[in-house]
Amino acid sequence: MSASRLRRSTHQPSASTPSRLRPADLLALGSSGLRAKPARAILSALGIAIGVAAMVAVLGISASSQAGLNARLAALGTNLLTATVTPPTSGDPIPLPVNATDRLARLPGIEDTSAIADLPNVHVYRSSYSDPDRTGGLTVTAAELNLLDTVAGSVRAGSWLNRTTAVFPTTVLGATAAMRLGVTEPGTLVWLGGRNTTVVGILGPVPLAPELDVAALIGVPVATVEYAFTGNPTKLYQRVDDSAVEQVRPLIGPAVQPAAPAAVAVSRPSDALAAINAVDESFTGMLVGIGSIALLVGAIGVANTMVISVIERRREIGLRRALGATRRHIRLQFLTEALVLSAMGGVAGAGIGYLVTWGVALASGWPPVVPPLVLIVGAASTLVVGAVAGLYPAIRAARTPPTAALNS
Amino acid sequence: MTALIELTDVVRSYGSPPVTALAGVSLTIEEGEFVAIVGASGSGKSTLLNLIGTLDRPTAGSIRIGGLDTGTLSDAELSALRSSRIGFVFQQFHLRDGVTALENVADGLLYTGTPRGERRERARTALERVGLSHRLTHLPHQLSGGERQRVAIARAVIGDPPLLLADEPTGNLDSGSGESIVELLHSLHSMGTSIVVITHDVGLAARLPRRVAIRDGVVLSDSSSGALL
Repeated sequence: MSASRLRRSTHQPSASTPSRLRPADLLALGSSGLRAKPARAILSALGIAIGVAAMVAVLGISASSQAGLNARLAALGTNLLTATVTPPTSGDPIPLPVNATDRLARLPGIEDTSAIADLPNVHVYRSSYSDPDRTGGLTVTAAELNLLDTVAGSVRAGSWLNRTTAVFPTTVLGATAAMRLGVTEPGTLVWLGGRNTTVVGILGPVPLAPELDVAALIGVPVATVEYAFTGNPTKLYQRVDDSAVEQVRPLIGPAVQPAAPAAVAVSRPSDALAAINAVDESFTGMLVGIGSIALLVGAIGVANTMVISVIERRREIGLRRALGATRRHIRLQFLTEALVLSAMGGVAGAGIGYLVTWGVALASGWPPVVPPLVLIVGAASTLVVGAVAGLYPAIRAARTPPTAALNS
Repeated sequence: MTALIELTDVVRSYGSPPVTALAGVSLTIEEGEFVAIVGASGSGKSTLLNLIGTLDRPTAGSIRIGGLDTGTLSDAELSALRSSRIGFVFQQFHLRDGVTALENVADGLLYTGTPRGERRERARTALERVGLSHRLTHLPHQLSGGERQRVAIARAVIGDPPLLLADEPTGNLDSGSGESIVELLHSLHSMGTSIVVITHDVGLAARLPRRVAIRDGVVLSDSSSGALL
């Protein structure tokens, strides 16, 4: 039988069937070198893992914080607008009119409107013995009774002003103001505008109106009687129909100051919160940059490991060439090995990054979010890194002469 | 009839200035032969084996394997030639550590595109052929030197190549194991495989039908008779 096979192969000289390597075998080959030296494989995959973990965690934490903010904004509402006096370029500022809230209430789309007035010459102190120059950055502010509902604020202790307490020397402190004055419970006396004033309530932080956090709020009647409040508000708050925010916004200036609409500055506090997050985003960009540097260092580690592996395995390469492997097969084997190595690192890194995101998000009270795009980009960049890192070693391996098996 | 191996004025030199390893060798080996290439180290016999095995290309001259002019073949075509028609046996066995004898032998068909199941099936048969059917799942370090070389021979013949090239197959073995390897090669030859053995062991060479002696890169003698060097 073998004699006839010989005759056939020698009588009809023709090219042999091409060398062929099945994809499944290629994958097994690509991981065989790693299985032979697992400690080395794990250490060099670690670099990739750290890089990917850093990137996934940074993007995941950023996305989670955004999701947290969105949830917070949804709870606070993005339909609060404020109006203040525009600082004039010359001359005196035009104060807001006394009946500003009435004018706004007539606008379509306005659901609720309220006002405050800072009293610039009135200060609050812990007691009459306090140094009058140390105002602590706190303001004394006259507030309308519906203010708390309009800004979605909450009372942490005690109660909000009512028709009765608004007439007497009582105050409700903002969260920061209470802290700076050292007031922890209602009933305490503070020294406000030269008289003892009873604290009836302490507010929680008001995210959409942070100016209230540093304010000692008093009723409009007491402000008018005791502190010469003229009735001109310094800041107006409007709750607007969600779908009408953009339409209503340009109407506020003309409604409040028909003669000088530009003297009224209208803003949307939720935009300011979003802007703070946008600042965080640029910080995120920098962190992602650092993560990608870690990935690059990881890639150099993989390339280094592969170069050493190629040098150590000259005999194996020679043997495979003798068994019929083409240069391409050798190249593919080492490229696959580099890809498997970095894929190991990538998967581990994505897992670590996800866990870090999860932990940080839970600790910060955000919903943990890892955008699928991040995982896709992480996987893709891992493959690119593996291919780039493996290319030079693979080309080098393919150049190993087939005689290496016999010569060693 | 076409010769299995046909070398015409083959020269191989290395480096610059050139050092000549083979200085014009012409040699014809017919199919079914069992040839020993004998020479001291540095004589050029390993270079000759590399050239016959298409692992290396000559500086000048032509080499035909099974009628194919290897000088006209691309690297991929030479690889195909090796995978389908030439089996190699090395002095150092070159088995993969940590992989069973069966898997090592199955690797002989890795680059032919044979599915894994079939490779393992044929590896079992090949190991039976070399008398190692009881060592299928042993790892190389659990085998004796002679058994390792048998595994290597099984890997070389798993694809039924017409030509088997052996580089000092008994060089790393004690005389008893070496003897059994020589017997195994004889039995493979009797079943139709052409075999070329490189050795500096004159005793081994003396028992083969044909001996080609090499010295300083040229053929010193080519004897098909039973005469010693």
